Formats: sequence, structure tokens, C-alpha cells
Amino acid sequence: MTDRDSPVSEEELHAYVDGQLPADRREAVATWLAENPEQAALVAAWRAQAEGIRTRYGAVADEPVPERFNLDRLMRESAGAPANRRSWAAMAAAAAVAAFMLGGGVGWMARGASAAGPAAAAAVSGFDAFANEALEAHKLYVVEVRHPVEVPGEERAHMTAWLSKRLGYQQRIPDLSSIGLKLVGGRLLPSAAGAAAFYMYEGASGERFTIYCSKAEGPETALRFKSGDKVAAFYWADDKVAYAVSGPDDRARLEKVSKAIYDQIELPGAKKL
Amino acid sequence: MATFRQSVEATIPALRRYARALTRDADIADDLVQDTLVRALRSEHLFHGGEVRSWLYTILTNLNRNRLRSLARRPMLSPIEDNDAPDLAGPEAGGRDIERALATLVEDQRNALLLVVLEGLSYREVAEVQGVPIGTVMSRLARARVQIKTYLDGERPALRRVK
Repeated sequence: MTDRDSPVSEEELHAYVDGQLPADRREAVATWLAENPEQAALVAAWRAQAEGIRTRYGAVADEPVPERFNLDRLMRESAGAPANRRSWAAMAAAAAVAAFMLGGGVGWMARGASAAGPAAAAAVSGFDAFANEALEAHKLYVVEVRHPVEVPGEERAHMTAWLSKRLGYQQRIPDLSSIGLKLVGGRLLPSAAGAAAFYMYEGASGERFTIYCSKAEGPETALRFKSGDKVAAFYWADDKVAYAVSGPDDRARLEKVSKAIYDQIELPGAKKL
Repeated sequence: MATFRQSVEATIPALRRYARALTRDADIADDLVQDTLVRALRSEHLFHGGEVRSWLYTILTNLNRNRLRSLARRPMLSPIEDNDAPDLAGPEAGGRDIERALATLVEDQRNALLLVVLEGLSYREVAEVQGVPIGTVMSRLARARVQIKTYLDGERPALRRVK
């Protein structure tokens, strides 16, 4: 493109200096500058400024990163501070916002796919599959009257040791008696991650909630909510473990139960095994 | 797939560079970077995909703006510029000139200019970081360049305090 009369805007001159001009305009601008020495001098001055800034500060990025920026250390050091661990309230607020803005799980996936590429999309849908596994297990076992669990809740210590061994990480089985839920018991289930632990709780009127957890591949995730077929689940991942809390489709109640579970499972020092 | 943590870690050198140019003070800059990292790690659950790098630049830019606001509220301001004497000749002279020229910019213009020329962000990314339309980024960039040129050309206008 060599339209010699094409007017060149000031914005284009900036983009030219910053290497952000579309290729098909670069030549036109260069040609135009050759005939407009005043503008060419301006462009040269801007280039010199940019060069000066890069010369002055560019080398900072080549310095070795000081130990104070070690991320594990930063996390540890701020561990004593209040509200360091992500709070349930913030997670729940984010989940509500995400659901509001994006219309629930499907929207979230769509956004994940467009914003972060296919790898992230695969991770998101993998996590979605985890939630489906949890809901299927929930639906399958909550209707069981005689054999809802393999190990009864009275054998909590034995169950903790057994499932910790089978899943490869320390299990923390929450005590939900403070919100009126009694541990029915638990069982080992197959899952995409190999094995999952499944715990069931029961309320005074017979309503049942379950926790489904297994090792997760990715980093921690935001809190998500999924509902359908009269059941719903809150699910999230933290420290390479994914959790899904399923129950009757009553978001407020389920959130309360999930929060109680989160507080016991996630908070360091809150080991109520 | 790089994890969130890995992406954050990989961006630290660039964040230090940006902060150094923003504040022109190595200690303040590194404090700012540390605050940015802590903030990012704590609010990872609020990060819903996209570019970790842009998100970190956004946090750092906002933290620095808050820092300048709280400085401005204090009665004692350490002078940004207290010496209008010509720079001594030498290899450092050019660097000091550009440093002083940057100090005369208003904060939004300095952010825009540094994100573009030092950090290599696209105009669109800068618009996201600053939370303004691209046109506003362009005009900040243009004003920054005029101001620096005026300063370096020796006209040295009255210094502007950051609001």
C-alpha cells in the first residue's frame, strides 16, 4: 500500500513508533514521513524517549529475583494474618457474581474456553465432569435405605485411616452436628482421578447431604454451583483436592452446609477428624 | 498448561522493572511488587481466566495510585525534583534526564507510557489495565510524549504534582 496522499493520523504515528501499526500501513507511514521531516523528527524524538526509558530500566528485569519474592514464602509469611486464606464469603460472592453475569456453569465454561484457550477449556470441562460424578454418586446413594454407606459414621477413625490410605492424602471428615447433620458414614468410589471418598450426612427430617472428594490435577479453582434434577452441588478445588458438596436443590441451605464443611476442611489448624 | 502460580512467578521480573520505572525508587518499587504478589495470591479465586500478566499490572498500577493518593494527603512531600541544574556529562546523565522527565508526568500518563514502551503491552491491554477506552490511552500516551519532549528540550515547565 503506497498511497502517497493518504493522511497519517497522530495515532498512527504513535502506533508506528510502538510497533503496533498494522503491516499494511507501515510502509505508507514510512513513505509519508520521508516527505514530512517535521513529523519525522517528532517520531525520532519519541523513539529516543522510548529507547532512553528502556536503557534506564530494562536491566531491572534481568536482575536475579530476590528471595523475598518467593511465592511459597510469601504465602507462609502471610499465613498468620487474618483473612489470608480465601474466605468462604469471598468465594461465595464470586460464585454468585459469576452465575449472575454468565448464566451459570455453561456460561462459565464458555468464558473459560474463549479467555484462556483450549487447555483451560479442557481443565474446566474436566472439573465439570468431576461435579457430574459427584452428583451421580449423590443421586445413587442418598435413596438407599439399608446400605447407603460402606463404613458407618460410628467408625470415623477407622474410615479416616482407610480412605486416607486409598486416596493418598489425609482425609478430614467434618463434624456437622453444629448445623444439625449427623455423619451416616462413607464409602470408596471410582472416579476419573482414580478414587474418590464419599461421605454422607443426614438431617433431622431425613434430608441427606454428601461430600465427594478426590485428587485434582489443576490449581485451586473458584467456587461453583450446579443444580438440576432436584439436587444441587457446590464444588471447588484447593491444594490439589477437589470437593463437591451435594444436597437438595436449596441454594441457601446448601451454601450453609458447604461453608461449614469448607471451614473445617480448609482452614489450617481446624483438624476435626 | 502453566498454573496460575507459575504465571505469577514468571511475571515477577517484569513487574519489578515496571515498578522501578513507576516509582524511580528501588525500595518502594519492590515493596509495591510484594504487595501486588500477596494481593494476587490471596485473590486467586477472583481470577477467572485471561492474562495473568495484565491482571498483575492492573493490581500494581492500582496499588501505586493508592500509594500516591495517601502520600498526597500528607503535609510533607518529598520533592520530586529539587535541582534544575543541568545534568553533569557522563554515561548516567541521559538516564537521569529521562528519570526526571518521567517524574514530571501525571500518574495516568506515566502508567500508559511505561506499559507501552517498557512493558510492551498492546494499546488494548493498557486500556484494560487502566479501565478506560483505547482512545483515552492514546491521548495519555500523546500527552506523555509531548511533556517529556518539552522537558528534555529544556523548556522545563512548572512541575506538576500528582493529584
